[in-house]
Amino acid sequence: MAQMNMLHAINEALSIEMEKNQSMIVFGEDVGHFGGVFRATSGLQEKFGKERCFNTPLTEQGIAGFANGYAAAGLTAVAEIQFADYIFPAFDQIVNESAKFRYRSGNQFDVGGLTFRTPYGGGIAGGHYHSQSPEAYFTQTPGLKVVVPRNPEQAKGLLLAAMRDPNPVVFFEPKRLYRASVGEVPEGDYEIELGKAEVVKQGTDITVLAWGAQMEIVENACKKAEKEGISCEIIDLRSLAPWDVDTVAASVKKTGRLLINHEAPLTGGFAGEIAATIQQECFLYLESPISRVCGLDTPYPLIHEKEYMPDEHKTYEAIKASVGF
Amino acid sequence: MSNATTNNDTVHRVSFLDKASLHIPTLRILQADGTTYEQAVLPNIDQELANKIYDTCVFTRVLDERMLGAQRQGRISFYMTCTGEEAAVIGSAAALDDGDVILAQYREHAALRYRGFPTEQFMNQMFSNEKDFGKGRQMPIHYGSQELNYQTISSPLATQIPQATGVAYGLKLQGKRNVAVCYFGEGAASEGDFHAGLNMAAVLKSPTIFFCRNNGYAISTPTEEQYAGNGIASRGVGYGMHTIRVDGNDMLAVLAATQQARAYALEHNGPVLIEAMSYRLGAHSSSDDPSGYRSKEEEAKWQQHDPVKRFKLWMINKGWLDEATDAELHEKYREEVLSAVKTAEKLPAPHIDEIIEDVFDKPTPALKKQLSELKEHINKYPNAYPKSAGRI
Ligand SMILES: Cc1ncc(C[n+]2csc(CCOP(=O)(O)OP(=O)(O)O)c2C)c(N)n1
Repeated sequence: MAQMNMLHAINEALSIEMEKNQSMIVFGEDVGHFGGVFRATSGLQEKFGKERCFNTPLTEQGIAGFANGYAAAGLTAVAEIQFADYIFPAFDQIVNESAKFRYRSGNQFDVGGLTFRTPYGGGIAGGHYHSQSPEAYFTQTPGLKVVVPRNPEQAKGLLLAAMRDPNPVVFFEPKRLYRASVGEVPEGDYEIELGKAEVVKQGTDITVLAWGAQMEIVENACKKAEKEGISCEIIDLRSLAPWDVDTVAASVKKTGRLLINHEAPLTGGFAGEIAATIQQECFLYLESPISRVCGLDTPYPLIHEKEYMPDEHKTYEAIKASVGF
Repeated sequence: MSNATTNNDTVHRVSFLDKASLHIPTLRILQADGTTYEQAVLPNIDQELANKIYDTCVFTRVLDERMLGAQRQGRISFYMTCTGEEAAVIGSAAALDDGDVILAQYREHAALRYRGFPTEQFMNQMFSNEKDFGKGRQMPIHYGSQELNYQTISSPLATQIPQATGVAYGLKLQGKRNVAVCYFGEGAASEGDFHAGLNMAAVLKSPTIFFCRNNGYAISTPTEEQYAGNGIASRGVGYGMHTIRVDGNDMLAVLAATQQARAYALEHNGPVLIEAMSYRLGAHSSSDDPSGYRSKEEEAKWQQHDPVKRFKLWMINKGWLDEATDAELHEKYREEVLSAVKTAEKLPAPHIDEIIEDVFDKPTPALKKQLSELKEHINKYPNAYPKSAGRI
């Protein structure tokens, strides 16, 4: 095991797969020689050449369309969208094309070898165009897998699995953790299965569920709650599409309570989907209403970032409210 | 079939066109030493206009220098400079009427200044205080001013390009003698929105000036990796648009081209594309380190083409400026910027009630509920929310 940050772990995953899979290319804005604005692709052009790791012109629509074409030829494409906020020019290519290649052709064509990597989320003083968490737009699109890692170890294992998954994957990377999250990462090749949640901590009173950068926040909130004698079970969903209903339902049946935390606005966010499903699965086990701690229903503000965020204080209060219901 | 789309020339042997078939000259009026080319036709410019242009140049240089410094000291979170591109931005802004609507990318604060945006207001936006027109919602430098016909900056690149086409079409339909002016970089010109916007302007005859600052880089990506054709100008021609390429470091050339572009756009109700060839002397932004992708020699070479210096020499040659006056102007703006920083820094953040405003024209019931819960929460944890606690 080696200590590394999340960027380094992502870089390792890309490098391992490029080594193994000669068809794999990595591309996007500033991705080539410079290694991307966050430096996730540093050194890949030197190692694998300009044909396999390169800058594209500044067009997300073009990047996604190109990626679709390359992957439809049976090859592996890993496209970087510089910020998740800028994935929207590529939206049509992703939700109408990547997602539907297989279905519309009766499985004659698919873009399984395609992964979109994109940094998402706030907490970096980026205002509303460098901070969005647009995962819910993609979870509503049948045919796409959506994955969000929480730390370096998860990032490497999940990305390796995503690149090898026979379906297009949108891989959201929590940018505020890129350098901040440092941890032990297994050497060499390993995969973390997509579609499986992880029970990060066992508990008995309430299930607290999050993904990506919010995991750190719910863990802190749970620590506070534990000091008051509330035992929290913490789950990292990891994959949002498809998501692991069984693991979450089993946990809620045990604890009787569920709190879901995400950074995206409350309304229409993925927490709503989870709450509805778990209510159906666990209705007779629930001892309090499923609660959601999410971003406000406003665009992401700059100066009031702290107020906007579903932070540990809000989460802690919601845990207490749920347990004391 | 309409004649406009048919070419009656026929050939009987395969003969391809390539980018060399399209000869695009570059307009240059001012030489490095501040004299004009012998044959050059000068733009409309008198001493008053020249002074205003130069004044804006100095302000912009000083602002950029100081605010980059302020960012390094951690006083603001982010900054982008216009350094090296002052002639492109100010020369074009100076050709406009105040009623012309500007849709900028993000590096054109000099155009906003030319229109009269006060120093304090620059600071209010950069410090996200309660007097910021944008109510502290955007990163520093994302200005906007209704009064000055300068639409608020949006970070997603190129989205302003088709919007400019729509703005200009609206001006035309209302019978206004005004155009829309749209700034963007050569990088942004790769986006789909660029192509959509230009095509619609040409077809719908929308009096728009598309102003491309071709400054050599889009973050780390050099133009060779951005496009393979003959710059951005060739695309204007391709869309059937009046097009000109100018030396973007030549204040007089930019001014001349934009003055005539404006006259043309109004007279013919048609769009014009201007490609200004320049160089981004500074880093992409305060978060970027250009040493990872370009050489010091390259930067030094472009320092020689400093557009402000060239224009200053012209002013001196004309007897409209002298070194002492220039030094005073710099000093005046250094003091003005510094004192504005101090004032703006002390003003509080916008009130927390504003967080739910302007999502819609009126906050929805759900938003009101979220705000009242938020305020209750802040009262419980005042230390966690220093920007809003104690003012609820
Ligand atoms: C749609 C979109 N994609 C990516 C970005 C990130 N980004 C911000 S500036 C920039 C480069 C822009 O280059 P250019 O248009 O040439 O303007 P310059 O910065 O050189 O003035 C990029 C890629 C963005 N803001 N919007």
